[in-house]
Amino acid sequence: MNFSEVFKLSNLLCKFSPDGKYLASCVQYRLVVRDVNTLQILQLYTCLDQIQHIEWSADSLFILCAMYKRGLVQVWSLEQPEWHCRIDEGSAGLVASCWSPDGRHILNTTEFHLRITVWSLCTKSVSYIKYPKACQQGITFTRDGRYMALAERRDCKDHVSVFVCSDWQLLRHFDTETQDLAGIEWAPNGCVLAVWDTCLEYKVLLYSLDGRLLSAYCAYEWSLGVKSVAWSPSSQFLAVGSYDGKVRILNHVTWKMITEFGHPATVNNPKIVVYKEAEKNPRLALGRLAFPPPRAAPGPSSTTESKYEIASVPVSLQTLKPVADRANPKIGVGALAFSPDNYFLATKNDSIPNAVWIWDIQKLKLFVVLEQLSPVRAFQWDPQQPRLAICTGGSRVYLWSPAGCVSVQVPGEGDFQVLSLCWHLNGDSLALLSKDHFCLCFLETEERVGTTFGRPGDHT
Amino acid sequence: MGEWMTVTDPDLSSESKNICQYTSETKMSPSSLYSQQVLCSSIPLSKNVHSFFSAFCTEENIEQSISYLDQELTTFGFPSLYEESKGKDTKRELNIVAVLNCMNELLVLQRKNLLAQENVETQNLKLGSDMDHLQNCYAKLKEQLETSRREMIGLQERDRQLQCKNRNLHQLLKNEKDEVQKLQNIIASRATQYNHDMKRKEREYNKLKERLHQLVMNKKDKKIAMEVLNYVGRADGKRGSWRTGKTEASFFLRNEDEMYKILLNDYEYRQKQILMENAELKKVLQQMKKEMISLLSPQKQKPRERADDSTGTVISDAEEDAGELSRESMWDLSCETVREQLTNSIRKQWRILKSHVEKLDNQVSKVHLEGFTDEDVISRQDHEQETEKLELEIQQCKEMIKTQQQLLQQLATACDDDTTSLLRDCYLLEEKERLKEEWSLFKEQKKNFEKERRSFTEAAIRLGLERKAFEEERASWLKQQFLNMTTFDHQNSENMKLFSAFSGSSDRDSLSVHSRPRQKKPHSVSNGTPVCTSKLTKSLPASPSTSDFCQTRSCASEHSSINVLNITPEETKPNQVGREGTNQKWSMASRPGSQEGCYSGCSLTYTNSHVEKDDLP
Repeated sequence: MNFSEVFKLSNLLCKFSPDGKYLASCVQYRLVVRDVNTLQILQLYTCLDQIQHIEWSADSLFILCAMYKRGLVQVWSLEQPEWHCRIDEGSAGLVASCWSPDGRHILNTTEFHLRITVWSLCTKSVSYIKYPKACQQGITFTRDGRYMALAERRDCKDHVSVFVCSDWQLLRHFDTETQDLAGIEWAPNGCVLAVWDTCLEYKVLLYSLDGRLLSAYCAYEWSLGVKSVAWSPSSQFLAVGSYDGKVRILNHVTWKMITEFGHPATVNNPKIVVYKEAEKNPRLALGRLAFPPPRAAPGPSSTTESKYEIASVPVSLQTLKPVADRANPKIGVGALAFSPDNYFLATKNDSIPNAVWIWDIQKLKLFVVLEQLSPVRAFQWDPQQPRLAICTGGSRVYLWSPAGCVSVQVPGEGDFQVLSLCWHLNGDSLALLSKDHFCLCFLETEERVGTTFGRPGDHT
Repeated sequence: MGEWMTVTDPDLSSESKNICQYTSETKMSPSSLYSQQVLCSSIPLSKNVHSFFSAFCTEENIEQSISYLDQELTTFGFPSLYEESKGKDTKRELNIVAVLNCMNELLVLQRKNLLAQENVETQNLKLGSDMDHLQNCYAKLKEQLETSRREMIGLQERDRQLQCKNRNLHQLLKNEKDEVQKLQNIIASRATQYNHDMKRKEREYNKLKERLHQLVMNKKDKKIAMEVLNYVGRADGKRGSWRTGKTEASFFLRNEDEMYKILLNDYEYRQKQILMENAELKKVLQQMKKEMISLLSPQKQKPRERADDSTGTVISDAEEDAGELSRESMWDLSCETVREQLTNSIRKQWRILKSHVEKLDNQVSKVHLEGFTDEDVISRQDHEQETEKLELEIQQCKEMIKTQQQLLQQLATACDDDTTSLLRDCYLLEEKERLKEEWSLFKEQKKNFEKERRSFTEAAIRLGLERKAFEEERASWLKQQFLNMTTFDHQNSENMKLFSAFSGSSDRDSLSVHSRPRQKKPHSVSNGTPVCTSKLTKSLPASPSTSDFCQTRSCASEHSSINVLNITPEETKPNQVGREGTNQKWSMASRPGSQEGCYSGCSLTYTNSHVEKDDLP
């Protein structure tokens, strides 16, 4: 495993281009585009203010940089560095900006969710969509980029509008049977739209592309409901994580629940492997490391090394007592993600913040539990294979695959606290983001097993 | 008096007895009698009793006393003491005879009364003690009653308390329910209020938003704009076209068409997948069915033989179905009839298979049970023994191998030494020849010895044959002897059977069976004569019968001792008689130790039985 040099970064804004060739990162008001392989700076754009959001267009030709404070969006072209575009939302303000899937339109949401402005880069035309709903996830595009579903709120009722992205025509408009819609998400095949209600009520509704209600699912009443939703890449399963600390898997034929994954604080089943991160004081310093070029003494956190140990069941995991009188209690399944091959589902129960649960979807059983020393910040699956990268805000990145798991120390001057990470398209490299730096982590592939850098933790 | 005294105080009973005795003694005296009579007869007279007590009859008042007695006696129904008067004037004479008769009668009466009194007293005593007992019982029961009553009260109290508790809990539950209801109502009302408020707020918010929108949008904000260097081409290369009024409808239709196309495609894809899955499942079913048929066909005769009609018919049905289905390859059709046929046939065969498996399971469990009861355990023990033996053998063999190896090594090392020594000693040829001669001599001697041994063995074989013949003879003789014994009751005849069977078996393997006891007995070994052994062997079969009698005796003693007494002499005698008739000497010898013989016989039978068991497998 190799690590790149450390580059500066702000606002955790670092993104691979969809075609995998470039890497865009922001440093204050500058946008830097690098080549992924050489990490040479290809382009350097200067924006008008500190960049708060960047997004690649789907064809990797343009990058939009949003400066919400000033209500500005600047678009840069990679092919024509001199080309520029500036969209000013003026007094209406700006809270969100995104590309349409065709890469030629920009959707800007104004403050107070008054409207969504659709700006075209091809024509002068501007269109507006009124009444967008301010919610967790109110806008979603189908994977093929044909349709956009938008959550709306009109006359105290939730609606969903389906637009054709090619000409922004309204295709379907229907009201949903929700109290207070919280999010919408297309199935990867683009034919089913999952709609879930606010956390006060457990309700998941499934609509066909043509607006028919396919099914409504409600697991229980009178308690906090859905917290997170994820489609499996095959569109076969819909995983619904809720505040009761369970994940319910719905199938795509009957839309009924297949199984229920609880997240108990103790793991009793001896068939489940529990990897527990353990810290140990190292006997030797980082002296033997050859790369990067000799540095000063390592940071304080890297003096201890960590590795995974297989804990013998029953294992009791560290739990967090939720504060009852505050909003957004730290309970329930807050994050879930299917592996790209549909075989695994990774979940995180917010009341057990240190653990990542990996479920075997073929057997519909718990497979592995990873318990970290500190709360899990983020995890993401390798787009190519069942390999999960986890970060906990420490100076390590953790990788799990069915073969085992590894804890890797990120080398660098001082402390590199990995707050977020994102995979490259082909799964060869991984961008690790800290508060004001980022680096790339190149994973060994079969043909190029380079000199291992850092200390790969014990392969347990 | 005595009665109520015993009732009140049992300690005083002895005293009361004394009193009674005293009274009885006093009653004996005539004076007391008189006094009693007086007491009974007239109360006013009692005052005079004391004055007259010392002398009822004196010289002066003979007449009066006689007349008084007469009067008294006549009132009691005795004949008059006076002679019957012939005349009125004549003075009535005292009739001595009557007096005496009266006295006698009175005495008899007195005795009777005494006896009765005694009886009554004893009865009284009995009743007293009974009373006592009952009193005790009564007291005990009363105590019991008291305790039980107390217990009952305690239980009632507890019950009451529990009920109280229960009531309280019910009340609490009710309260809680009420509370829950109230809270639910509150929640509901709050929820409605909240919703209402929310709606109101949202309306307000919407109004504000609208207002803001108008303000923001209508101001013709110059700032809201897009600066582009030049417009870029569309990603698909087409020219950007914007809808006009005319084309809008057609656009919409086109979009709808496309949407439906997508949906259709999706559904088609899913249908295809489902069809594929169905086909796979059908294949699996078909294969399963085939395998089931093939599995069940060799067994189908068996169930038919068992006359299990239902399964038989089912099998035949299944076969028919199978035939149909295999004939028509209509697996690709998803027709309902086919599906039904398939599922039905599978179900039937599954049932058959299930029943068959269940039967097998039952059999297995039975076998297991049987095995656990007797044979399997023994076999296991045997097995263990066998394994132990084998292990021992292996150990021995290993040791042997080791020693052999060691020897071989030693030989290999010593061989050289030997050869050298031989070389060294080769010049002693004379000695060698001498040794050769000796060798040949030894050989001759060995031959002779072998010849002798052979003759000995032949003799031994002959002896064995003779012995066998003799034993056969003895068996026949024993049979005859027991057939002659006719005066046996039922039990004896049973014993006979046992006996004859035993004797037969003992004849067959007399050599193997009786060799052991013979070796145990010291005198037989010392003598070694066939006569003695025969005697012993003769006594052996006879003794078990007596042992059997012993057993029967013990058995019978459990039921009735008298029977045993009747049986034993009968049974033991004929045996002895028979023996006496045939072989007096032997009977003489056996008689004194008949009991011991019996016991030894017992032990012998046990050993014999053991031996037989060993021989059985």
